[in-house]
Amino acid sequence: MHYTSRVGKLFDSFNIGFLAIVAIVTIYPFWDTFVVSIIPLKEYLGSNIHIFPREVTFEAYQYLFSMNELWTSYGVTLFVTVVGTAISMFLTVTAAYALSRPGLKGSRVIMFFFVFTMMFSGGIIPTYLVVKNLGMMNSVWALIFPSALATYNLIIMKNFFAALPDGLVEAARIDGCNDLRILYKIVIPLSLPAISTITLFYAVTRWNEFFNAIFFISDKELWPLQLFLRSMLFENESSYSGGGDSVFLLGPSIKMATVMAASIPVMLLYPFFQKYFTNGVLIGAVKE
Amino acid sequence: MEFVDSESARKEVALRQAAVQSPDRVRKRASLLRYIWFNRYLYIMLIPALVYYLIFHYIPMYGAVVAFKEFSITKGILGSDWAGFEHFRYLFSQDKFWEVFKNTVIISLYRLAFGFPAPIIAALLLNEVRSRLFKQTIQTVIYLPHFISWVILGGILINLLSTDSGVVNNIIKLFGGTPIGFLSNESYFRSTLVLSMIWKEFGWNTIIYIAALAGISPHLYEASVIDGANRFQRLLYLTIPLIRSTIVLILILRLGGIMEAGFEQIFVLYHPGVYRVSDIIDTYVYRIGLTDGKFSLAAAVGLFKSLINFTLLVLANWLSRKMGEHGVY
Repeated sequence: MHYTSRVGKLFDSFNIGFLAIVAIVTIYPFWDTFVVSIIPLKEYLGSNIHIFPREVTFEAYQYLFSMNELWTSYGVTLFVTVVGTAISMFLTVTAAYALSRPGLKGSRVIMFFFVFTMMFSGGIIPTYLVVKNLGMMNSVWALIFPSALATYNLIIMKNFFAALPDGLVEAARIDGCNDLRILYKIVIPLSLPAISTITLFYAVTRWNEFFNAIFFISDKELWPLQLFLRSMLFENESSYSGGGDSVFLLGPSIKMATVMAASIPVMLLYPFFQKYFTNGVLIGAVKE
Repeated sequence: MEFVDSESARKEVALRQAAVQSPDRVRKRASLLRYIWFNRYLYIMLIPALVYYLIFHYIPMYGAVVAFKEFSITKGILGSDWAGFEHFRYLFSQDKFWEVFKNTVIISLYRLAFGFPAPIIAALLLNEVRSRLFKQTIQTVIYLPHFISWVILGGILINLLSTDSGVVNNIIKLFGGTPIGFLSNESYFRSTLVLSMIWKEFGWNTIIYIAALAGISPHLYEASVIDGANRFQRLLYLTIPLIRSTIVLILILRLGGIMEAGFEQIFVLYHPGVYRVSDIIDTYVYRIGLTDGKFSLAAAVGLFKSLINFTLLVLANWLSRKMGEHGVY
């Protein structure tokens, strides 16, 4: 389609300019964080706006990487991300496949049983008591199980499975394939875009795990990355008095270096997955 | 009637022939059991998820009865003594409770008023872009903050908004203004919350509208061009009406979350200096429940919140159906 009117062209230029500005404003804070993490303190305090660093130093990162707390929390978060995502995907894919089979008796009731939890919840305190009674306080499992399944992800997955051509599954059944094999051999390989998207959603949620951690984890040895980051950002630096006054001198740089260390894995991974969820995997979510 | 596989089809036929002589009820039960057996793998696959929902959603729903009890750790939920509506009566008599209630509603309404239209506008503008590459680049950039946690964004914000060396205040100083304590000043704190929430989520929230816009048939646009509609008319009479049901759907869901004012965000950014304008129900529950150990009282606040959310969702859904839209369920 061609828009040839002068007003139309003017609008196009304005629109492109406006969206570009919006994108720059959205991304700039991340760039600024990066710049602050690599400039010496005197430049941070001296210059007005440091769009590009004049002097680069990695002292903040050196200091950060020498902290044991960083590596312990990385370890916890890595474990929770890998194991937690695997458990979440197992729960989501199995339930979504069963619910996606047309006409399975009882599936509507079960679906309602699941979806109702999106509308009503008992609240965080009863959940806290359940976790406590299960003996999960101060254990990594408290970061994995209480939010192991996201109903929203389940719905997306179910709708994606339901939209696959029916004939494939039926043909496999007539050939004597049982549902476990069908899921494993046919449905999963055909659903890689949806599976990648949902895996990304779960993995990012796990990586960013904070809510469950502040409720269920008090032991510093089990702090995930986000709790470590929070203590670096918002608590008195003197509790990390490894390098004496250098902590003070590096103050803002260390904080921003920690921010970078916590966000870079997500920023690097997400663009690879992005093509999947822009290509309509989420359209299914509109229909439920 | 559905046949699961050839073997089951044969058995089904055999069963039917056998059933000619047997009484109705027996036949029905036998065929139901048979049905479940044929689909056993599907039912087995549902078990893990069912167990998850039972333990982490339905038991807590039942556990919400602690709001009506005098919870003691030694006696447990079931063994604790009943307190009736005592905790609710106490709460409703507290000024602090009404303060956090008011803060929750105000922050949430700000989020709705500014945060709800932003992604719709962004999606409509993106829809007008013809260069695929440009559109995809913008999308990649504006989705990004959604994947970053509030702790990280909180760190970025304290750097960005710092009064001595933050970029925003440096710009203000450049134009001769005085630095503003966006995160420390009561009068700016809520606006900072709402704006940073929009920064994090507006891009991501466009996704559902972009999906809806992509579903509109190009023939409709072609027809409207032939009819002489200009771009603005097409937007007003074609595009917006066609994504209206999506807009209504999202609005209903947002109304069902009106008591969610953004726990993680506020928990990371707030401090006693701004409690008066930013202490919300969730942060209050956290403090009285976990810090003070008053589980029953905290559970009462949580239950009150859930009930309001639920009521609003049902109400909004009913209203939208009444007005001829689909509704969520």
